[in-house]
Amino acid sequence: MQLYLPIAEVSVNAFVLLGLGGLIGFLSGMFGVGGGFLITPLLMMIGVPPGVAVATGANQVVASSISGALAQFKRRAVDLPMGAVLTGGGLAGSTLGGYVFDLMSRLGQTDVFVQLSYVLFLGFIGTMMLVESVNSLRRTGKAQIKRSHVHSWVHKMPFKMKFRASGLYISVIPPLLVGAAVGFLSAIMGVGGGFVMVPAMIYLLGMPTKVVVGTSLFQITFVTGYTTLVHAVTHHTVDMMLALLLIIGGVIGAQIGARVGVGLKAEQLRILLSLLVLAVAVKIGFDLLLTPAELYSVTRVAS
Amino acid sequence: MKGWLLALCLMALPVQGEEIVSGVSQSGVSITTNFDGASILVYGAALRDAPAPAWPLMEVIITVEGPSTPLVIRKKDHVAGIWLNRGSVKITAAPSFYAVASTKAVGDILLPAEDAKYHITIPQTIDAAAAPSADQTPYIEALQRIRQASGSFVLAPDSVLLLRQALFRTDISLPANLVEGPYKVRIFLTRGGEVVDLQENQIDVQKAGVERTLYRLAMEQPLLYGMLSLLMAMVAGWGAQELFKRLRI
Repeated sequence: MQLYLPIAEVSVNAFVLLGLGGLIGFLSGMFGVGGGFLITPLLMMIGVPPGVAVATGANQVVASSISGALAQFKRRAVDLPMGAVLTGGGLAGSTLGGYVFDLMSRLGQTDVFVQLSYVLFLGFIGTMMLVESVNSLRRTGKAQIKRSHVHSWVHKMPFKMKFRASGLYISVIPPLLVGAAVGFLSAIMGVGGGFVMVPAMIYLLGMPTKVVVGTSLFQITFVTGYTTLVHAVTHHTVDMMLALLLIIGGVIGAQIGARVGVGLKAEQLRILLSLLVLAVAVKIGFDLLLTPAELYSVTRVAS
Repeated sequence: MKGWLLALCLMALPVQGEEIVSGVSQSGVSITTNFDGASILVYGAALRDAPAPAWPLMEVIITVEGPSTPLVIRKKDHVAGIWLNRGSVKITAAPSFYAVASTKAVGDILLPAEDAKYHITIPQTIDAAAAPSADQTPYIEALQRIRQASGSFVLAPDSVLLLRQALFRTDISLPANLVEGPYKVRIFLTRGGEVVDLQENQIDVQKAGVERTLYRLAMEQPLLYGMLSLLMAMVAGWGAQELFKRLRI
């Protein structure tokens, strides 16, 4: 069944969209990530313009992260003050990202810019995750040295604040910066940024794992919601029809994925996720490096 | 013998009062949710005061032109190991859709001077912002190549059916990725490469139903539209969670 998308102005198969949404939902339910890093490139591959793919991807992430955030909230696994600080940074970062996105589209480098960001961030995060989870798989069985607090440069900054749920007394500057970085990525890549946020919260901020997922989902919901609004107002690129189909497929896929994920070990899940992230980075990297079949491209400009 | 030759000479002269009567199968195309392209039938006949001359033969060219938009054509170059957009050419106006259907190859039935006057072939419909130059040519060729591959530019020689030098018809299919606006249908009668008569029809292409409501809301009330998108996402995300929770029991 073909479906005409009113904003993207292309006709695509509705079942392809439901399937894409379902696949992303499955992965996000299994790994606990929003899946924005997959949805945006996949949409571009089926012919959705990059601007619409980024904006609608953000809208889809709102749906997939809010149900997770609500579930975590009921379990009291959300550090609200930390979430608020991260969101504050996120909104600033998202606004900045919006400006950079505008600048790049004026220079005619949107596609290259989005592709480069994907290769750099996904490549870096994927490698880090892979190394870390392979190491921790090897470590299992051996005695682990547990440290409740890691004192680093993070603890020497001013404007300290108490985050009770995380058991932290740290400066607000690092969480603000982490939030801003994630907001920036959300605006230019259409991603929630969970894959950046979760390791940053654990390794940079030293937050306990039990509140990390809930707090990151809390921040992602707000930042991607804001990103959706910014793109809708300034670029008119949110396609509700497209988002609806992705979301329907996504929420169903997420429930199935969550059940499959229960049967797997955390380290195995992380290795699979890191391989997936790296695969996307490599695929996009090849597109940048290999000689394209068509050197020229046509862009409609607003009259 | 002499009389016969004279008659032939008279016939060769451009015929006065050859006129097109034509019609289009539909005056409008609605882009609805399940829109997957449309096919339009253009048909007509040549009306004459006098019998048709035997030579040169009448030929028909039919063009369908979608709304023009400004464009930028960019070219990728190998810079520091990766492919970046480097060169670009601005186009003031190029049709978003353009189809040329004819009884024979357009080059054989239309003189270049007439093409320049009526803007019939694809290159004639593209207005570059700067004066034509050799640097621009590959860009404009690329535009034609890309749009032909995507079905936005259609060249269909030999697709106009001409019966007894009078009745003609052709089918033109519009692709699914149409731009809204008036689509101009032009019919040209040519003899010996010269345009004898020309007639214009119009087809209005418009989004309809949900497509129209969503599009207008997104353009005219972007904040409200954005809020609605968010609301939809929240309801769907929360609703699914609740639904599956209940199914589990």
